[in-house]
Amino acid sequence: MSEYVVELKNITKRFPGVVALKNMSIGIRPGEIHGLIGENGAGKSTLIKVLTGVHTPEEGEIYVDGQKVVFHNPVQSREAGIACVYQELNIVKQLSVTDNVFMGRAVKKNGLLDYPRMYEEAKQALTTLGHPEIDVKMECGKLGTGQQQMVEIAKAVSLDAKLIIMDEPTSSLGKEEIEQLMTTVRGLKAKGVAILFVSHKLEELFELCDRVTVMRDGEHIVTEDIANMTEDSLINAMVGRTLDNLYPKEFGVKGDVWLEAKNLNEAGVLHDVSFQAHAGQITGFAGLVGAGRTETMRAIFGADKLDSGEVYIKGQKVHIRSPKDAIKHKIAFLTEDRKGQGLVLSLDVRTNLILANMKGFSNGPFLNKAKIEEAGQRAVESLRIKTPSLDEVTAQLSGGNQQKVVIGKWVHTDADIFIFDEPTRGIDVGAKIEVYHVMNDLVKAGKCVIMVSSELPEILAMSDHVVVMRGGRVMANIDRDTPHFNSEDIMKAAWGGELD
Amino acid sequence: MKKKNSAKELLQKLGTLMALAILVLIFCIIMPDKFPKIANIMNIFKQASINCLIASGMLCALITAGIDLSVGSNCVLCTCTIGVLVQNFGITSMPILIIAGLAVSTFAGFVNGVLLTRLDLPHPFVSTMGMKNVLWGLALVITGSKSIAFTNTGVDNLMWIGGGSLFTTYDANGKVSFPGIPFSFILVLIVFCIFHVFLTRSALGRQIYCVGGNPEAARLSGIPSKNVLTFVYSLSGFMAGMAGVVSVGRLASANGNAGSTYDNDAIAACIVGGASFTGGKGTIWGTLIGALLMAVIRNGLNLMGASNDIQYIVIGAVIILAVTIDVFRNKAEAKARKMAAQ
Repeated sequence: MSEYVVELKNITKRFPGVVALKNMSIGIRPGEIHGLIGENGAGKSTLIKVLTGVHTPEEGEIYVDGQKVVFHNPVQSREAGIACVYQELNIVKQLSVTDNVFMGRAVKKNGLLDYPRMYEEAKQALTTLGHPEIDVKMECGKLGTGQQQMVEIAKAVSLDAKLIIMDEPTSSLGKEEIEQLMTTVRGLKAKGVAILFVSHKLEELFELCDRVTVMRDGEHIVTEDIANMTEDSLINAMVGRTLDNLYPKEFGVKGDVWLEAKNLNEAGVLHDVSFQAHAGQITGFAGLVGAGRTETMRAIFGADKLDSGEVYIKGQKVHIRSPKDAIKHKIAFLTEDRKGQGLVLSLDVRTNLILANMKGFSNGPFLNKAKIEEAGQRAVESLRIKTPSLDEVTAQLSGGNQQKVVIGKWVHTDADIFIFDEPTRGIDVGAKIEVYHVMNDLVKAGKCVIMVSSELPEILAMSDHVVVMRGGRVMANIDRDTPHFNSEDIMKAAWGGELD
Repeated sequence: MKKKNSAKELLQKLGTLMALAILVLIFCIIMPDKFPKIANIMNIFKQASINCLIASGMLCALITAGIDLSVGSNCVLCTCTIGVLVQNFGITSMPILIIAGLAVSTFAGFVNGVLLTRLDLPHPFVSTMGMKNVLWGLALVITGSKSIAFTNTGVDNLMWIGGGSLFTTYDANGKVSFPGIPFSFILVLIVFCIFHVFLTRSALGRQIYCVGGNPEAARLSGIPSKNVLTFVYSLSGFMAGMAGVVSVGRLASANGNAGSTYDNDAIAACIVGGASFTGGKGTIWGTLIGALLMAVIRNGLNLMGASNDIQYIVIGAVIILAVTIDVFRNKAEAKARKMAAQ
C-alpha cells in the first residue's frame, strides 16, 4: 500500500509555446488536508486539470492508491475517486439541490428517475457534511453561496471521492460561511477523505492544513508540514524573492473632509449610515459580508436608489442620481465584481481603459486616438499591466491584470474620491502589493480613498481610519492612532459588540 | 503591435471576402455569358442596396446583443407613407416626402428603444417583434391594403434615388456602353463610410460596443446605457426608413406586404459578415460583404433559372455554413492567441 492516496510523479504538461508544469510531483496522504499555493500563473489550475482528467500530461505518472492510472477524460478521474469543487460553482440554479447533486449520473428505476432514492442519498450526503438543514427539494438559486458550495461538496461526497480538490473555496464566502466550511472540511478529513485545498489566504492554510505545497512557474518548490512554515517563508517560496513588506503602507497628509454621508437609508439595507472620509487618507470599511458596505458605496455612487439621506462632497451637498452624476462629482468606484461590473471582457484593453471617461478622450464626437494611445501606454507602464498590447482582449488577461485595468480606467477620470471595493480579492500577492502602491500614490497626491475590504489584515495595515459596519448600520469609527485600532476590537464591532 | 492587429482584422474580413470571391468565380464558370457582365454586376449592387441599408442599422442592434425584427415592416411603412402622401395628398416635393418617410421610421425605431429601456421589456426580441406586426398593420391600414404605383405620379426625381444610375455612357449609336453605377449603391457606400467612422472612432460608437459587451459595467462607468440603446433602435429605424426611400424607385410601388424577407436578410448579412448574437462584435465592412454575398447568391440563382423555393433553401444553408465557419475561425484564433501569449 502506498503512502499516498493520489500521487503525481514528474508531471510535465506543455501548451503551445509554454511549459505549464515542469517535472511536478505531489503526493497526498489519505485523510490529510493538503494546502496548495502559488501566485496566479504558477500552474495550480493546470495541476488541478491534470488531476481531474481535463488535461493529459506529456510526461510523468499518476498513481491512485499505488496503482498507475492514465486519465484521458474527466469521467475516468471521477471513477478513480477524484472530485473537484471549482472556484466558480457549477450549480444549475434553476434545478433542485438533489438534481444538482446527481447531475450527470441520475439514479434510475425502470427507466425513470428514482427520486425517492436520490432525495435520500442527497440528504445523507448533506448530513455527512453537517448540513442536514438544507432542503434537498429546494431550488439551488434560493440558497446562499455557502450553501450552494455545500451542494457542490455533497456532489463529491456522494461520489465516494477519495480526494476532493477545492479550488479557492472561500473566495466568495463570508466569515461565518468560511467557519462552516472549515468545520465540514475537518469532518471529511476525520472520515478519511483527503482534501487538496487551493487558497490565496494564508491564514486559512495555517488554520486548516496539515501539509502545504508551494508551486512557482509550474515547478514544485517545497512540500512541508504547515507547522514548520511561517507566513513569511510561504510568501518567499511563492514569489521567489523576499517581500520585506506585504503591506507597504505610506502616509499622506490628512486634509479636509471630502466625502460625508449623513443618515443614508435604504429600506431593509441601510439604516442611518453616516461617516466622513478625509482627503489624503485611506478610510477602510470593515465588516462581515452582508454588512451593507458595498450597498453604501453603490448608493453614494448612484448605482442604487436611496430612500433618504444626504451626501456632501467637499462640504457641498450633492444629489447623485446615476453613476454619470457621481463621475461628474469626481467619484471613482472600483466594483467588487470586476468581471460582472467593471470590465467589458469582450473588448480590448484600450477601450476598457477609457470606459469611464470617453468625453475626456474625445474631440467633439470623435475619439482622440493619439491621446488614448498615450494614456493607455502610461497606464500599462505605471500600473505594470502585463498585456501583449493595448489591443488585447481583456478576457485574456489574468485576474490581477484585469483588476489593474479597472484601476487604470478610474485613474483616467481624474477623480478625487476613489472607492475601492474589495480591490485585492482573488489576485496574487505580487499584484496585491501593486494595488496597495496605487492607493498609496493616490493618498500622497492628496486624494480621498475609501477601501472596502473583508480581509482584516489589509484593513489594519492600509487604513488611516476604519468604519465598521454590521447589518446596514455603522457600528464604530476607529482612528489609526487610537487603542481600538486592532483586529479584536474591529471584529467585536463587526459582530455587534460594544466598544468602550 | 499595431501591425499584428490589422493583419488579424484583415484575415477576419478575408474569410467572408474569400467566400464571396469563390462564389463569384463559380457563377462566372457556370454562366460565362450571363453572370460576369458589367450590367449584371451593377444589377447586383442595385439589388443589394436595400439590404445593405437595413443591415447597417441591424448591425448596431446586434452589437448591443439585441435584435431589431421590425426593420422590414418599418421599411415598408416608410414606402407606404410616401405612397399615401403622393396618391392621397398629391405631394410631390422630394424633400418633404423623404423627410416624412424618414421621420415615421425613425419614430418607430425610437418607440422600439423606449419600449425596451423605459418599460424594461425583457429583450428587444419581444418589443421589436410586437412592433413588426404593429407597423405592418399600419402600412396596410394607410394604404387600404392596396398597392400604390409611383410611375407617372410626378415623383421621378424621388424614384431616381432607388432606380437611377450615375456615370452612364453611350456609344456613337446612342446605345448604352456602360450602364452606370446605381445611385442607391453609391448611397450605401457613403452611409457605410459614415458608419465606419461612427463605430470605430466616435465615443458613442464605442459605447455601443461597451453596452453590448457588459451593460452593467458600462452603466457603472457612467455610460447612459438606456440612452445608448434608445439611440441604437432609433438609428435602426432611420436606416430602415432610408431603405424605404430607396425602395420607392427600386420597386416603383408601395406595397404593405413587400418586406417579408427583409428582417431575415439583414440579420443574415450581419451574421455572415462576422457579427454575433451575443453582442460586442461586428464591423460595417463585414456587413457589406455579407449583404453582397446574399445578393450574389440570389442573382446567380435567378440567372440559372432557379425558383424562389430553391433560393430560400440555398440562402438558409449559406447562413448556417457561414456561422459554422465563424465558430471554427474563432476557435482557431483563440488557439493562435494562446500560443502567441505564451
